[in-house]
Amino acid sequence: MVWQKTLQVILFLVLAPFAGGLLSGLDRKVTARFQGRQGPPLLQPFYDLAKLFRKQSLVVNKLQTFLVGGYFVFSVFTGCLFFAGGDLLLAFFAMTLGEVFFIMAACSANSPFSAMGTQRELLQIMCSEPMLLLAAIGFYKVTGSFMVDEIVGTRVSPVAYLPGMFLGFLFILTIKLRKSPFDLSTSHHAHQEMVKGTTTDLTGNVYALIELAEWYEEVLLMGYIALFVINREWWSIPLAVLVCLLCYFFEILVDNVFPRVKWDKMFRSAWLVTLVFGGVNLLVLLCVRLIH
Amino acid sequence: MKMSQSPWLLHYDGSSCNGCDIEVLATTTPVYNLERFGVINTGNPKHADIFLITGGINSQNAPVVKQIYDQIPDPKVVVAVGICACDGGIFKECYNILGGVDKVIPVDIYVPGCAARPEAIIDGVQKAVVLLDKKRQQMDAAVRPAAGRA
Ligand code: SF4
Repeated sequence: MVWQKTLQVILFLVLAPFAGGLLSGLDRKVTARFQGRQGPPLLQPFYDLAKLFRKQSLVVNKLQTFLVGGYFVFSVFTGCLFFAGGDLLLAFFAMTLGEVFFIMAACSANSPFSAMGTQRELLQIMCSEPMLLLAAIGFYKVTGSFMVDEIVGTRVSPVAYLPGMFLGFLFILTIKLRKSPFDLSTSHHAHQEMVKGTTTDLTGNVYALIELAEWYEEVLLMGYIALFVINREWWSIPLAVLVCLLCYFFEILVDNVFPRVKWDKMFRSAWLVTLVFGGVNLLVLLCVRLIH
Repeated sequence: MKMSQSPWLLHYDGSSCNGCDIEVLATTTPVYNLERFGVINTGNPKHADIFLITGGINSQNAPVVKQIYDQIPDPKVVVAVGICACDGGIFKECYNILGGVDKVIPVDIYVPGCAARPEAIIDGVQKAVVLLDKKRQQMDAAVRPAAGRA
């Protein structure tokens, strides 16, 4: 049992960056095709990362490097917890702690662009986190456990009981994958308005760490999606991979169809969507439980 | 993997008439599609590899250009786009113009034209990218003997 878990963690540590990088490359390629362009090579994100590691690092202060390291470690740790079949709530808290490190790193730079980026990053967390927590509660209500390896052992895919949660999760996935709104500091598009927000002052290998952490996080989010689909049958695993890819494609589509959504719209809509889709879903579950 | 496979570009408008800037933006459109070489048009000097300047230098923007140049981490390449950026061009005799970009920072690639054509700009970026690799090699070579002595 311990061996199996160790193997799962090692597999995640080694394979996740490749999967995350490939997903990002696919994203840029598909986006370019949507816009009638040829787009960069599929492996472009790997070239970017290799370049960043070879650039000179201008360190603003030592504390920042330490904090970025903390963000990286906790992002990876969250993924390890999740893919080793650990506690969803614990993974959730570890992820939040990682985000706190990230925000502190941006704050320590003492630049107006970083400061502005931090405020938007906090708003983003405020908007997306409730749905993540609600989804964890939903999984608990359906399977009676917060443990990932017990959730994947259910008879029926959780999405059958949690369709609302799934839709709500898709909505915040747009925010979490840094697709929309475009003027979030970590979004891949907000280049000019506030330079690069939270990451404005990061260079070279320190910035590369952030990119790498993002890839780990991308895989973790895809894992979350898979959790909605996987049950004890073997065929649910390829089905889950397919659903993940479809969801990712859907997010790219959303990104291209709504390129100019701003943070205030996210702020106004995220909780509403969480409440309507997630909340109503939970309420129905509770009512059905009561009737039985 | 080489540096040249991922050139991120910072575009700064000195005192151009905007003709060259429009052409620079045109290179990122579907027709010319600079992104197929992995180019990202970044707004952050700290993430940039190529510093692309249009328009000449005047006394007001000279310190700005110098500061942006200093903020770009090594290795970096400077591309002057348009005849104004190369040596002042049509505005050369104006009382406020100091001259081309090379009056304040070292320029590696000169892209002539008024306005510089998108094809010429892409050509300039391609040359810059080769130079980027060369500069990285020089940096490595400078570090290695020093490490050997230690
Ligand atoms: S070179 Fe010509 S088009 Fe370009 S900035 Fe100068 S005057 Fe304008």
